[in-house]
Amino acid sequence: MGPLIPMGIIPDQWNSVMAVLIGVAFGFVLESSGFSSSRKIVGLFYGYDFTVLRVFFTAAVTTAVGLAYFSYVGWIDMSLAYIHPTYLTAAIVGGLIMGLGFITGGFCPGTSLCAVAIGKIDGIIFTIGLMLGIFIFSEGYPVWEGLYNGNYLGSVKVTESLGISDNLFIFLFAVMALAAFYVTSLIGRRIKEVNY
Amino acid sequence: MDTNHKDRSKVYFNPYFGGVLLGMVLLATFYITGRGLGASGAAKSTVVAVVDRFAPEHAENSGYYSQFLSDDNHPLNTWLVFEVIGVLAGAFLSGAISGRLKLKTEHNPKITNKRRLLFAGIGGVLFGFGAQVARGCTSGAALSGAAVLSLGGFLTMLAIFGSAYAFAWFFRKLWI
Repeated sequence: MGPLIPMGIIPDQWNSVMAVLIGVAFGFVLESSGFSSSRKIVGLFYGYDFTVLRVFFTAAVTTAVGLAYFSYVGWIDMSLAYIHPTYLTAAIVGGLIMGLGFITGGFCPGTSLCAVAIGKIDGIIFTIGLMLGIFIFSEGYPVWEGLYNGNYLGSVKVTESLGISDNLFIFLFAVMALAAFYVTSLIGRRIKEVNY
Repeated sequence: MDTNHKDRSKVYFNPYFGGVLLGMVLLATFYITGRGLGASGAAKSTVVAVVDRFAPEHAENSGYYSQFLSDDNHPLNTWLVFEVIGVLAGAFLSGAISGRLKLKTEHNPKITNKRRLLFAGIGGVLFGFGAQVARGCTSGAALSGAAVLSLGGFLTMLAIFGSAYAFAWFFRKLWI
């Protein structure tokens, strides 16, 4: 029963080896999906390329459904899984700042690494900027410490705050993703072509 | 011109195929390690390591760096740093197979190289800052968070995409 490393089925020493192997798969899939290209990524926000939407939501739904099945058949104990904690204010404010960084820089941290790996200079500059932004945050930490730690709700799930079952939510999430795929496929045929 | 070569470099996975593969990688990550994927965490570890190397007292006295320092481990000895080394190798491999390895700046032909690089830098700073505020980026907070139905993960995901759409009009000349 998983998760394998926390349960001691794979010894802890293998953690770093697994990290590298998982990273290779992650990087390979991102690059092969076109995420080393800022112009392809940003296409989502100008309606000329919906790759990011399709890859991102297909992946999120695949994992959510997979984990629900793994949990149901007893392959994984989800109480041992790390649930990203919710700091209400920071989650929203941080996301808004990242969105502005996304549209100006054309990458997110994972995709910029893929760009670096294949020699994109804009990816290298983005990654240097990334570290500079982290440095600025760290140096000014006392200024935004309150925002960073404000409205802490714990490792709360979206289904707990909506008051519906996990399975129903995952089903609705999948339906919404399919609807988004359908709608964007219609837009895709109408928009003027951007060559890149 | 070597047109075949150029065409091949623009062929990517079908996005739904790529999405299912990415989902399976993330599912395997949770099954093996009990945690999701990440990217910005490795950049944070790098910054912590550099500051700790050149100003160790400052790092220990800082309310932020000190959270990621321990006596047992070097700040770079974290799961995400190893994962990111893998990401670079995996992306390089994919780029090599598809003929995409090339030192270049990709930008809209209507803007200069310099302008593209300036905004890439600004975007990086903002993304790095925002990822610290939200405790994760598109990978760690939005994708891995949403996959385990974390409320914060969903909120960050909506905020990232919502904000990028909201600001898209102001930066349209960079891209279209």
